[in-house]
Amino acid sequence: MRTILYLIRKEFIQIFRNKFIGRAVFAVPIVQLLILVPAVTFEIRNVKVAVIDRDMTSESRELISQLEGSTFFKIRFSTFSEKEANRLLNKDKCDVILQIPSGFGRELGNGKPATLLASIDAINASVAQLSWAYLNGVIRDYNVNIIAENISPGTVAQMPQIQITNRYWYNEMLNYKHYMVPGILGILVTAVGFLLAGLNLVREKEIGTIEQINVTPIRKYHFILAKMVPFLIIGLIDLAIGMLIGSLVFNLPFEGSIALLFLSAFIFMIAILGFALFISTMAGTQQQFMFIAFFCMIIFILMSGIFTPYESMPVWAQKFNNYFNPVSYLMRINRMVMLKGSTLQDISRDIYALILIAIAFTSFAVMRYKKSA
Amino acid sequence: MNRFLGFVKKEFLHIFRDYRTLIILFGIPAAQILIFGYVVSTDIKKAGVAILDLSGDETTQKLSDKICSSDFFHLTENLLTYNDIDRVLKKGKTKAVIVFGENFGRNLVSEGKARMSIIADGSEPNAATLVTNYITAIVTGFNQDLAGVPAMNGPRIVPVVRMFYNPSLKGHFMFVPGVITLILILICALMTSVTITREKEFGTMEVLLVSPLRPLQIILGKVMPYFFLSLINVIIILLLSWLVFGLPVKGSLVLLMAESMLYILMSLSLGILISTVSKTMQQAIFISLVGMMLPTILLSGFIFPIENMPGIYRYASVIIPPRFFIVIIKSIMIKGTGFIYVWKETLVLVVMTAIFIGLSIRKFKIRLQ
Repeated sequence: MRTILYLIRKEFIQIFRNKFIGRAVFAVPIVQLLILVPAVTFEIRNVKVAVIDRDMTSESRELISQLEGSTFFKIRFSTFSEKEANRLLNKDKCDVILQIPSGFGRELGNGKPATLLASIDAINASVAQLSWAYLNGVIRDYNVNIIAENISPGTVAQMPQIQITNRYWYNEMLNYKHYMVPGILGILVTAVGFLLAGLNLVREKEIGTIEQINVTPIRKYHFILAKMVPFLIIGLIDLAIGMLIGSLVFNLPFEGSIALLFLSAFIFMIAILGFALFISTMAGTQQQFMFIAFFCMIIFILMSGIFTPYESMPVWAQKFNNYFNPVSYLMRINRMVMLKGSTLQDISRDIYALILIAIAFTSFAVMRYKKSA
Repeated sequence: MNRFLGFVKKEFLHIFRDYRTLIILFGIPAAQILIFGYVVSTDIKKAGVAILDLSGDETTQKLSDKICSSDFFHLTENLLTYNDIDRVLKKGKTKAVIVFGENFGRNLVSEGKARMSIIADGSEPNAATLVTNYITAIVTGFNQDLAGVPAMNGPRIVPVVRMFYNPSLKGHFMFVPGVITLILILICALMTSVTITREKEFGTMEVLLVSPLRPLQIILGKVMPYFFLSLINVIIILLLSWLVFGLPVKGSLVLLMAESMLYILMSLSLGILISTVSKTMQQAIFISLVGMMLPTILLSGFIFPIENMPGIYRYASVIIPPRFFIVIIKSIMIKGTGFIYVWKETLVLVVMTAIFIGLSIRKFKIRLQ
């Protein structure tokens, strides 16, 4: 036991001797959390519209003014040439071209359906779909108005209708900051722990100081544990600071138990550090480690479900997450405990799985580390 | 010149000797393109919904069947009371609960109106919006079936939509440019900053500095191999996205390669700048990975459109170089537009490269402390 304590002390001294790293492990997560969280949103506003109104009747103008009235669309250009409109689309000056053909008002006046052409920049497919859905919404409202004007009041009421009310629990206003803080915090804690712990071990190899430890009676697991504990502590402190920022700056509600969150973060850190050390026993130089780490981290993070819903992934990707990706568990647990107040019972399966991953990765690291050169 | 070529050759040998790094260097982009092609999508498939049916009549049965049989949803549980809602949502497998009030079917017939509500898990705003949108669409369809065809005649607007550039609404169009941008800047900045700090940390920089090579030649020689390797990476990614996802380069390939070279040059000079401010490899790696990865992913418009960001961020994202390259690559690759459409972005990249190089030259120290 005392050996481990001495080793841990040595690690701490080594980490904080490098002034830059000593400060950066706390400063970088704080700064990034403060800067990045407000920037990130899927909420779409200001979709830029170019209108080609070939009709110029009161009907077409009314539709355009309805479009203007919605917060979603901003009418930026009004032109008569399709070429000009396409150029604007190419230049990214507008996202949607709305073409109202001539005869639009006449058809409507005659009580017939009138067509309307919308061209949407669909490079970002999900934004395009949303814009289309909103545009449809505006048109539907317009349609309901003209139908109501044309049909005698009695008949509308007789059409059976199902009315829907939406409620969003746990995050009434769908505030993206509440959603992103737990996620970004998870990534930052992962990145700091993963990189530094691994680099630390590889550095000893590259410089050769690992030989000096190998010739001592220190046991293999002593060494791995001592490399793990300092970063575990740093990671948990980062998490605590991040949560403080979350609740003070971003008014993040904290519904669940803090102890439960830290328990899961603790297990998570063991898993991710175990994995980092496992990789570092395989890498010969810091450069190699950094590449493998970069590769794994990007995959862990982008697949974790932080930016895209877990449900939208194919089955094999979900399986990968369940078996190998501790970050995906952290993401889920963080959000469930912080925002929904889920209890140990609710997340027990995630916790068990995380414990298994942690044990597996750490024992791989201990087994793979060889004291003989 | 001969001396310089010899030095470049030495650097190439250094890299090729380390086959593990080389495999990873080319493996990363390939694997990432493939993985993201299949994983990253913002659509929902088979999201879990639970149903609380207090009415239990024919209409609610029909409507729930319609919702649950669609590709977007599957039924996780049938609830009995309001108290169950919190329980299933907290477990996380269920994204939304659909509630039918009492006498749903009877109200629909007698009053022509019935109420239902969707309670979605707002802790994931994106999934929540999508789920409610899809359910609403299904119910709207159901409503129209109820109303029958006659109501659809008469004056109304029939919108026709044309999805430009990406008619089948594939996610690849968004992430291939994003992945190229992300990988190039991270790899280039990492590689150069690490190789140069490595020489510093091991003391071999001193050996190089006392040699007849000029400092500029040393830096150029160190950076040159990575320039070529990154270029090969670009070609691999473009080939893969073409072969696997059928995403061809619509515009001029020559222009795309030229712009990529400029971007690689910019990333390399950023790497040099990082190396001049860091003393150890750990520090260089920390800056170029932990410091740059998240801002690049989040602020470049890779996943989150810049137009949606709050005002200050739209202006602040100007200092993130990948932001401009994403625009360039999208214009050339997907829209097929020419140089006149991207000259502004190109100019910005040129200026940034010049600034990074200028700063590095000022900061580069010929003497070691």
